[in-house]
Amino acid sequence: MMQLPCPWCGLRDENEFVCGGTTHISRPELAASDAAWGEYLFFRDNPRGVHLERWRHAYGCGVWFNIARHTLTHEVLAVYAITEPPPAAAQDRTS
Amino acid sequence: MRYSALALLRGALAAHRNWTPAWRSPEAKSAYDIIIVGGGGHGLAAAYYLARNHGITNVAVLERGWLGGGNTGRNTTVVRSNYLYPESARLYDFSLRLYEALSRELNFNLMLSQRGHVMLAHSRHDLESLTRWANAMHMHGIEAELLTREQVGELIPALDMSAAARYPVLGGFMQRRGGTARHDAVAWGYARAADALGVDIIQGCEVTGFLKGPGGRVTGVQTQHGQIAAGRVGIAAAGHSSVLASLAGFRLPVTSYALQAMVTEPLKPRLDKVVISPATGAYVSQSDKGEMVIGGSLDLFASYAQRGSFAVLQSVVAATLAIFPSFSRLRLMRQWSGIVDVVHDSSPIIGPTPVPELYINCGWGTGGFKAIPAGGWTLAHVLATGRNHELAEPFQLERFTTGRLIDEAAASGIAH
Repeated sequence: MMQLPCPWCGLRDENEFVCGGTTHISRPELAASDAAWGEYLFFRDNPRGVHLERWRHAYGCGVWFNIARHTLTHEVLAVYAITEPPPAAAQDRTS
Repeated sequence: MRYSALALLRGALAAHRNWTPAWRSPEAKSAYDIIIVGGGGHGLAAAYYLARNHGITNVAVLERGWLGGGNTGRNTTVVRSNYLYPESARLYDFSLRLYEALSRELNFNLMLSQRGHVMLAHSRHDLESLTRWANAMHMHGIEAELLTREQVGELIPALDMSAAARYPVLGGFMQRRGGTARHDAVAWGYARAADALGVDIIQGCEVTGFLKGPGGRVTGVQTQHGQIAAGRVGIAAAGHSSVLASLAGFRLPVTSYALQAMVTEPLKPRLDKVVISPATGAYVSQSDKGEMVIGGSLDLFASYAQRGSFAVLQSVVAATLAIFPSFSRLRLMRQWSGIVDVVHDSSPIIGPTPVPELYINCGWGTGGFKAIPAGGWTLAHVLATGRNHELAEPFQLERFTTGRLIDEAAASGIAH
């Protein structure tokens, strides 16, 4: 059972949360090309390593937050607010 | 060596000391006409069909682990072709038809068991969508039967059909030609046949980069053991597709998730269909060893860990017991997961990449095992000719720009 550090509630079991996928993705302008729109909707880095993603504490306080989590070990390297840029701790280590 | 009853008898008389290896373990040459990255079912099938369909035998399959050790060895062995859209129906039914002749063709027992694949309806809405689905299959010329509640109960007596059932069964939908095949045998059968035709299967060889030439075209691969040149390269690496794409300098519309599976202790025959209950989120079949083989939904966060977590395991077991309460005292023997390459419309990508002479077969997500023959056939075609096979034409990377998605989320059967 993976546990995630909700910034409001503390460490909780993974089944209290819903994963919102890769974070720091901004919607392009409405006048964007099909290629840009497709990139935004579908194309992802999908790293085997540190992944910056957003989660919602759906069955707890409901807060959205960002984490840096390693997709092979599931280790959480950093937790930060949904509007913040990734901190220095969220750096990729060799996978 | 040809496998046969006579060969078995000769083996017995020689105390089984005369069996020859099913495939060689050659050293990699410095160059091949075609390199396939990924020694799972799709990669090995592609190598076989390159040799068999196109006469191209100067081929290497590079596998970083052991052949068939990825998703091909981790799935729940289900084969079927009950998909919704005509493009998918053509592709998956072609694959199933190849499976039907494959044991004989490969001279390897794949233990194909077309026992019937049954999808359960637990609500009126389920019944209506299954009806639409069965009609779509009929329009594609693929057999499908709608089942009444009584018929489901007769076919699957272990189901909870009582008045007290938590998830009442209102009916179902069966594809009789659907069923199971032994997953390892598919990898081994294709490996042995490809090897016999001259393909080099190189295990323990991880691709760590792509060599490029004029115009950015791929000219070979960098591996942990050195460089290997190639005229064309094909990637068939399932959950690691994005890793390889990144090495080649492009991105894919893929996220890799853990898909868990588990087996119970063996018991006497109790279930002779493959049963899926989309509403509860579990699917079950009984192996020839007597084990219940169970699968369910994804662990819905990106992972390359091949284990999955207890949270999803718990819900899959709960779903299984909701429909098969008599299984509650069975012990689980083993649990594991594969790394599945999920794309937004649950349909594959088979064709060119932005890198010239580099092709890819990926995006099968939770449904790649049933498609191994067709995936191999169509990847071999594009590697041999430089043109997409007509079955693969609808399944290109461009659709994620044009929006011409082929949404098989429902037919994939597993919550995405």
